[in-house]
Amino acid sequence: MNDTAAALPKPVAGQAEGRRGGLLRRLRYVEPVTLLWLLLVLVLLFLVAAPLLKLFSVSFQAQETGTFTLSNYATAYGRARYLDALVNSLTLGLASAAIAVLLAVPMAWAVSRTDMPGKGFTWAVVLGAFIMPPYLGAVGWILLAGPNSGFVNRFWQWLTSSEGTLFNVYSFEGLALVIALHSFPLVFIFVKAALDLVSSEMEDAANILGAGTWTAMRKVTLPLVWPSILGSFIIVFLETIALFGTPAILGIPARINVVTTQLWQFFEYPVRVEVAAAYAMPLLLVTIGLIAVQKLLLARKGFVSQTGKGGERRMIRLGPWRWAMFGWCALVGALSVAMPLLVLLQASFAKAWGRGISLDNLTLRNYHLLIFEHEMAMTSIWNTIWFSAAAATAAVLIALLVAYIVNRRLMPFGEVLGFLAMAPFVIPGIVMAIGFYAAYASPPLALYGTAALIIFAFTARFLPIAYANSSAAIRAVHPEMEEAARILGSGRLQAVSRITAPLLRKALLGGWLIVFIVASRELSAAIFLVGPRTRTMAVLLYDLSEAGNFEVLAAFGGLLLLITLVLVGIGMKLVGRDFMLRRM
Amino acid sequence: MSRLVLRGLTKAYGKLTVVDGVDLTLAAGEFVSLLGPSGCGKTTTLRMLAGFVEPTAGSIELDGKVISAPGLVMPPERRQMSMIFQSYAIWPNMTVAENVAFGLKLRKLPAEEVRRRLWEILEVVQLGHLAERYPAELSGGQQQRVALARAIVVKPAVLLLDEPLSNLDASLREEMRFEIRRLHDEFRITTVYVTHDQAEAMATSDRIAVMNAGRIEQVDAPHLLYTRPKTRFVAGFIGRTNLVEARLEGSEIGFDGCRMQMGQINGVPQGGSRPILLSIRPQSIGLHRVRPAGGEGRPVTPGTVVQRVFLGESWDYVVMPQGSGLRLRVTAPPLQVHEVGEAVWLEFDPRQMALVE
Ligand SMILES: Nc1ncnc2c1ncn2[C@@H]1O[C@H](COP(=O)(O)OP(=O)(O)OP(=O)(O)O)[C@@H](O)[C@H]1O
Ligand SMILES: [Mg+2]
Repeated sequence: MNDTAAALPKPVAGQAEGRRGGLLRRLRYVEPVTLLWLLLVLVLLFLVAAPLLKLFSVSFQAQETGTFTLSNYATAYGRARYLDALVNSLTLGLASAAIAVLLAVPMAWAVSRTDMPGKGFTWAVVLGAFIMPPYLGAVGWILLAGPNSGFVNRFWQWLTSSEGTLFNVYSFEGLALVIALHSFPLVFIFVKAALDLVSSEMEDAANILGAGTWTAMRKVTLPLVWPSILGSFIIVFLETIALFGTPAILGIPARINVVTTQLWQFFEYPVRVEVAAAYAMPLLLVTIGLIAVQKLLLARKGFVSQTGKGGERRMIRLGPWRWAMFGWCALVGALSVAMPLLVLLQASFAKAWGRGISLDNLTLRNYHLLIFEHEMAMTSIWNTIWFSAAAATAAVLIALLVAYIVNRRLMPFGEVLGFLAMAPFVIPGIVMAIGFYAAYASPPLALYGTAALIIFAFTARFLPIAYANSSAAIRAVHPEMEEAARILGSGRLQAVSRITAPLLRKALLGGWLIVFIVASRELSAAIFLVGPRTRTMAVLLYDLSEAGNFEVLAAFGGLLLLITLVLVGIGMKLVGRDFMLRRM
Repeated sequence: MSRLVLRGLTKAYGKLTVVDGVDLTLAAGEFVSLLGPSGCGKTTTLRMLAGFVEPTAGSIELDGKVISAPGLVMPPERRQMSMIFQSYAIWPNMTVAENVAFGLKLRKLPAEEVRRRLWEILEVVQLGHLAERYPAELSGGQQQRVALARAIVVKPAVLLLDEPLSNLDASLREEMRFEIRRLHDEFRITTVYVTHDQAEAMATSDRIAVMNAGRIEQVDAPHLLYTRPKTRFVAGFIGRTNLVEARLEGSEIGFDGCRMQMGQINGVPQGGSRPILLSIRPQSIGLHRVRPAGGEGRPVTPGTVVQRVFLGESWDYVVMPQGSGLRLRVTAPPLQVHEVGEAVWLEFDPRQMALVE
């Protein structure tokens, strides 16, 4: 009977040893978890807490001497131009969020609740808009709606034989629309998820009481998804006020100054980090405050998500209106993805983009130039790939360990780790970049111009994405799976590597790919931290846009999109079709 | 086969004591159930046995060696135990054979031996034909058998089961009860079985430990728990019962006009005069139209039927003895029909009563 028991190590603890030597025996059973916990605390302090603290302290320091001063705040808020930028950011955020909601809510409703045709197509539109880097969309819209030469305006002039402009993208409206066309997928995903939870029975109940389809929608459905609409409005608002690329590309020529572009100007020679830090505070505080509001909104009792997937769901029959709905989705798809992509593609193969599509205008010169001649292009591609890969690996690894410790309650204060890992969620990328610059660019670490600085910043910035992903994955693996292995004789580490790790592999791969993709196009955090040899594709794209060479710029954008598409393809194949758009 | 001793085992989470001074000894090869309502601390006790939870006080000994005490917990992997979890915890990324052979491979047995024992156990649980399947392709009962096979194949010193049948439907549950008992009879592994289903505990166990609010109320063989409950809680939890307040007067027990010699009731202490509590099972009370003889010291008393329910296999009557506020539940066979309001005679059997605290 005991033949296999003998193969296991014998129990060592004897009763006779009594209470003495308790510490020694305790140590014998101490798990490496404690050390790991300490290490993770240090890593998170380095990545998250220190840059933020440095940002605070620097904002109160005099530039040369480092003594305490309030003059940075006086400078930052002492000029009408700087205050205007704050107001512009807020207005722009509201406008973009409003447009995004207008664009996306009907789409979400149509996909979730009606018999509209072409739902797969609509999903493709949403995914496409989501994947397209915002600054690339902005460049596309310059080609489409530049005041004189843009295709849309030239078509309008041809149509009306006038000199007028239909739509000038270098304007506040242009800026708001282009940003909304990039950020509406967030609204779509949020609101659709909420709509999916409204059962037809809830609407039926209203119908029975005498409400028509429209009344039922207004009185029942809309109030139920209202919190998620508001929540996604807030998210788009926050995205917009933290966005750097689009306001820089469209706003600076139009003389529209916003907070992020103003921050960038503080970084022009001579760099004034202290003032920038002081100037970044409203951005940080607004973000923290609004995310708290958003959490409250979504946590309120009686909200749909808490009633769970209830009851059967029938699609509302729209009759002829379903084509109108489809038309709306198609229009959004054209404006957000198809048209900008088309003109970019055209430009990338053109000798001069303004001459349109014709055989004698076709060339591969732009790509050739980038790949074989341009001094920075290939370097930046290589930089982007390896920075993103390193950041994704680090973020997923840290997130996995933290999520494991938190979810399995291995340490008494595990939640502290979880909190630190999620904290960057409320820190705008640009603010985080300034924090990293302030903390690590100069001695003692003197990381300015190194790859490490960018990788650290990317890791910290995208840690929340990785953490949400890992945490969900770990929660899906029942702790008993591991315990079953342990009781059969494997140690904790072995149980994790033999049982948990294989079960998590797919989800972690998904998380890694998402972090890689968002890191590979990150502009706002990168632009403050790159040195001459560490430019990334996003930064180089921005440089090219300043130079105004749209053909080469478009070709380079094409290369970036190609890399992204390859990764999205890999992700869809290995992880599942919806891996990018799962609501986290 | 190992001897397992729990001494004053206690677990507190902050101020909340969820397991409170549990003493229990399992003889080598014994099958003991922990039975109790939800939240009474069964799982916590079991997880202390497995080494996943550190006790706040008390100790656990396996074959005379302390394996758990405050500040000293031998990790689960070194306890030579096996456990079957409520979720089964079958690893979905491994085939049935890989699941079952996992523990054997950890023990670094020769490949030949692993194969032999794997197939042996798969035959025992009738899963030989499914060895190469993945768990997702198995039914609930089959998954349950995989969990059993995986736990037993390593021939553990102690087998721990946490509500292993609660996810199965009723008929399968009944079948698996006998399966578990059969496997125990075959391998004689010292077993602790956690459940809140008394029928399950009765069908499988040598002895049952009834738990309530973190404490063990009584440990006994199933039939003794039923016939000789020691506490009010056990009497009410195992089967249904009438709890009747009575008085002990010298050597006589009396309630509502019924007098009995206490020598006939099990476990009544001698002498004194004090109130006591009796547990009287509904099926131990006779129901008669005419006054029965009441031989062998069986007291009789008149009463009135006040309520009745037909349950198919039996009648469930509520009878009020004359001149008392007592409402006694009485079970009678289907053919014995009484109307509500009918006058009847009740006949008690002291040998089937128990004195409880
Ligand atoms: N980690 C913990 N922290 C705090 N309280 C706990 C913890 N684990 C268990 N408890 C509490 O201890 C009590 C006993 O839990 P336990 O799981 O042992 O009950 P149980 O008898 O197995 O119940 P069930 O039949 O519902 O499984 C419960 O009130 C539970 O809330
Ligand atoms: Mg339990």
